[in-house]
Amino acid sequence: MGNLPSEFFVNVDIKRCTGCLRCSLECPFDVHVYQKNEFKKSGDGKEKRKNYIIRYHENCTACQRCVYTCPEKIITIEKRPQAFATHPIWAQKTIKDIQVQAQTGGIILSSMGNEKPYRVLFDHLVLDACQVTNPAIDPLREPMELRTFLGRKSEKIDFNSDIPPNLKLDTPIMFAHMSYGAISLEAHKSLSKAAKMQGTFMGTGEGGLHKDLYPFSDHIIVQIASGRFGVHEEYLNVASAIEIKIGQGAKPGIGGHLPGMKINEAISQTRMIPIGTDAISPAPHHDIYSIEDLSRLIYSLKEATRYKKPVFVKIAAVHNSAPIATGVIRAGADAVVVDGFTGGTGAAPQVIRDNLGIPIEAAIASVDERLREEGIRHWGSIIASGSIRNSGDIAKAIALGADAVYTGTGALISLGCTVCKQCYTGKCPWGIATQDPKLRKRLNPEKGAIAASNLIKGWSHELKEILGALGLNSIESLRGNRDRLRGVGLTQAELDVLGVLPAGK
Amino acid sequence: MCGLAGILNKNGERFSGEKITLMVDNMKVRYDGRGGGFAAYGIYPKYKNQYALHIFIDDIEARERTEEFLKGVMDIVKDEEVPTANISEIPKAHETWRYFVDVPNSVTNKDDYVVKIVMRITDEIDGSYVASSGKNLGVFKAAGMPCDVARLFEIDRYKGYCWTAHGRFPTNTRGWWGGAHPFNLLDWCVVHNGEISSYGTNKRYLETYGYKCKFRTDTEVITYLFDLLVRKHGLSLKTASMALTPPFWKHIDSMPEEDRTIYTKIRMVYASAMLNGPFGIIVTNKGNMIGLNDRIKLRPLIAAQSEESTFIASEESAIRTICNNPEEIWAPKAGTPVIAKVEDANLEEV
Repeated sequence: MGNLPSEFFVNVDIKRCTGCLRCSLECPFDVHVYQKNEFKKSGDGKEKRKNYIIRYHENCTACQRCVYTCPEKIITIEKRPQAFATHPIWAQKTIKDIQVQAQTGGIILSSMGNEKPYRVLFDHLVLDACQVTNPAIDPLREPMELRTFLGRKSEKIDFNSDIPPNLKLDTPIMFAHMSYGAISLEAHKSLSKAAKMQGTFMGTGEGGLHKDLYPFSDHIIVQIASGRFGVHEEYLNVASAIEIKIGQGAKPGIGGHLPGMKINEAISQTRMIPIGTDAISPAPHHDIYSIEDLSRLIYSLKEATRYKKPVFVKIAAVHNSAPIATGVIRAGADAVVVDGFTGGTGAAPQVIRDNLGIPIEAAIASVDERLREEGIRHWGSIIASGSIRNSGDIAKAIALGADAVYTGTGALISLGCTVCKQCYTGKCPWGIATQDPKLRKRLNPEKGAIAASNLIKGWSHELKEILGALGLNSIESLRGNRDRLRGVGLTQAELDVLGVLPAGK
Repeated sequence: MCGLAGILNKNGERFSGEKITLMVDNMKVRYDGRGGGFAAYGIYPKYKNQYALHIFIDDIEARERTEEFLKGVMDIVKDEEVPTANISEIPKAHETWRYFVDVPNSVTNKDDYVVKIVMRITDEIDGSYVASSGKNLGVFKAAGMPCDVARLFEIDRYKGYCWTAHGRFPTNTRGWWGGAHPFNLLDWCVVHNGEISSYGTNKRYLETYGYKCKFRTDTEVITYLFDLLVRKHGLSLKTASMALTPPFWKHIDSMPEEDRTIYTKIRMVYASAMLNGPFGIIVTNKGNMIGLNDRIKLRPLIAAQSEESTFIASEESAIRTICNNPEEIWAPKAGTPVIAKVEDANLEEV
C-alpha cells in the first residue's frame, strides 16, 4: 500500500495487554507484527532487549479477527478517514484509486459486491398485511408451506406422463455457487452439510466437486462455467442439478480468475489442472457464441445425464435480461438464474463490479413479466441471486416473480465472514476464502454447517411469519403476487418496471 | 362478510325462486344491502340452445350501440327487456336486457367466441355490461338487499333446477350492480364469501392464458380458474377443486404412493392456481353445484341433503328455513369440495 494513508487505526489498550501475542498469530494481514528481541525503551528510559509488537495500521482491513480473538478484549478498530480537501467529484476513494493505479499500472481488484451507493430497490418496497377482512394466519398454530419445486412444469396436468425432473426444496433459499478454490474445502463442507440439514441445495461454483462432498451430492448443484474446470461424467451424474454459468452479477462478461498460488494438490485434482497454474476462465464459453449454441450445451448435458437432472442457466442481470432469459428458457433451460449487479464475488475488477449490470429487483420483475407475456412462465423457474440480505428481501423477490433465491455472501457471513473484502488476497482470516492450511483450520465444518443451517432455518421461520401476516399459507401464493407489494419513494418509471403500485393506492 | 345460498335439484326438476330468496333472506346479518343477486339454471327452456346474454344498459344510446355491435357478430334470435318491478328500495341504475343469440356456424370454438364478445361489450361499449352469458341460465343482480333484488326482478316468476344467491358486504370494490354476485362467464356462476389473498398470483397466472381480469374482483378470478381448469384443461370438477384448494404437503407426504404422485403433480402444475385466503364459494355450471372452502376453513359453509335436493349455505339456519329435516347436514371439511349433480338421466333435459 506504500505511502497511502491508512483507513483504520488499531487501538490496543497496552496497559492491559499481557503480551500473549495472539493478535500477531491471528492477523493474516501483518498488522500486529511480532518483533523478537528488539531494543526498545522501557519505562525508565533505558533501552532493553524485549519482545514487542509493531502495529502496521495501514495493513488493517477491519476484519475484526484480532478484536474477536484477543483474550483480554482490549483491541478496538477505529475508522480513520483522512481529512482530504472535499470536492464533489474527487472524493477520497477516487483519489486513492488513482494513486494505486499510478503505482501499479494495473486493474484494481475488488471483492464482494458493488460498492457504489446505488439505491437498493428492495428498501423501497413494502409488503402488505391482513387486517379484519382477511385474517392473518398464525404460523405457530397453522400449517405454513415453503416447499418449492424448481424446473419445468407441464402446462396442464397429464396423469399418464411424468413431469420433467424438478428439484424439491423444503425452503426457497439455496446457497449460491462459490467455487472450491475461491473458498476452502471447509466452507464447501459446511454449506453442503447445511443444505442437507435444511432440505435445500448448494452450488459448487466452477471449481469441480471434491470427493469428500459426494455424500452430499443429493443436495448439490454442480456448475459448468467457461473454464470447464472439474467437469467429468461422474461430476454431472452425482449432482442433483446442473447449472451453466454464462455470467455473474458482480462481473458480467468476465470469467473467473483463480491465481496459481491457490491451486494446491486437492484443488488441482478437483479442477483437473496442474498444481500452481492460474485457472483463468474465458469471458465467453468457447463453444457458446449464440443462443443455439447454448441450447446444444443444455441438451448435451441432458443427454449425458439421461434427462434425469434439471439444467439451469445463470445470467447476469443486464439491460436486456428479459429477452435473454426468455431465450434461455426456450433453449431448454429448466430454470434461469438471474444474478443482480450487487452480487458478490471473490475477485473482480472494481470498475466492472461497480458499473455493469442492473438491480436484481428490476431484472426479476422484467424476466417474470416477459415469460408470462410469452405464455411460457411454466417452462422454467426463476432463481434470484445477488445480495439477498434477509428474509424480507426473499419475500419481496418471490412476490416480484422469483421461485427461489440464492444467498452467497449471506451464507459466508453465517460462517464467520465479516465482509472485509480481502477474498482476492487469499488471506481470509476466517478460513473461508483461503487455501492456507493454517487459516483453513479456523473454520470447523461441523460448526459451520450448524451456523449456515441456522441461517436458512431462521430465514425460513421469518418467511412463514411474513406469509402468515399476508394471510397466505403457502409460498406459491406469494410468487408473482405483486398486488401484495407497494413502492415507497420510487419513480413512476421504476414502479412500472417492477409492476407495483405506489403505497396508498 | 357475505351470505351464500345454493340449491340443486338432482332430478333436474324446476322450482321457483321463492326458496332461494327465503334462504338468503335468513342471513341478513351477513350483508349490508350494497349488493345482492341470484343465478338461475334452467329458466329459459324455450331458448336453451341459444346463449342468453343478460346485459346491464345505461341508456337508450348504449342499447343502440350494443345491439348494433351484437348484430354484427351474432344472430339475435330474441331480445327483450328483463321485466322489473318498480320498488322504492332499489333505484334503477340500469336497464337489464336479455338477448338470446346464436353464434355463426363458421365459428369453431363457440364458447371462446362468446367469451371474446362478452369481454368486448364490457370493454368497448360505453354504458353496457354483461351480467351473464350462459345457455338456459340468467343472473339477476343489483345494488341492494337480496330480498329487494328478488322483488325487483320478480324472480319468483322464474323456474330453475339450480339456484344460487348472494348477499354482499363489500370490502374491496365499491357496491354497484356489476360488482354484485353471482359473477358469471358462459355456464359458470360463482358466489363468494371472503377474500382471495393470492389474487395477484392467480390473476397473473390467468393472464398468461389470455384472460383479462378487468373487474379486479376475487369472484372473477375464481370463475376464470374453473373455466380454465375444467373447460380448457379438461379436469373433472373434483380434480379442479383439488387443484384450487389442494391438501397440505404433510398430508400428501403420508398418502399411498399413487395418490402422492397425483397430488404432487397437481400442486406442481397448478401452484399458481391455488386459492389462498379466507373463503367459502358456491360454483355452478350446467347440472353441477360445488361448495368449496379455503384450505383451513376460515369462512363458514354448510351443506345438506334431502331426498331430491342438495343445499349449501353460509349458515345452517338458512338451510333449515326451507328444509327443516334434511337427511343429512354437515360442515364440509376445509378444502374439500361438496359436489352436487343433476343425475345423468336428466341432464339432457336441463
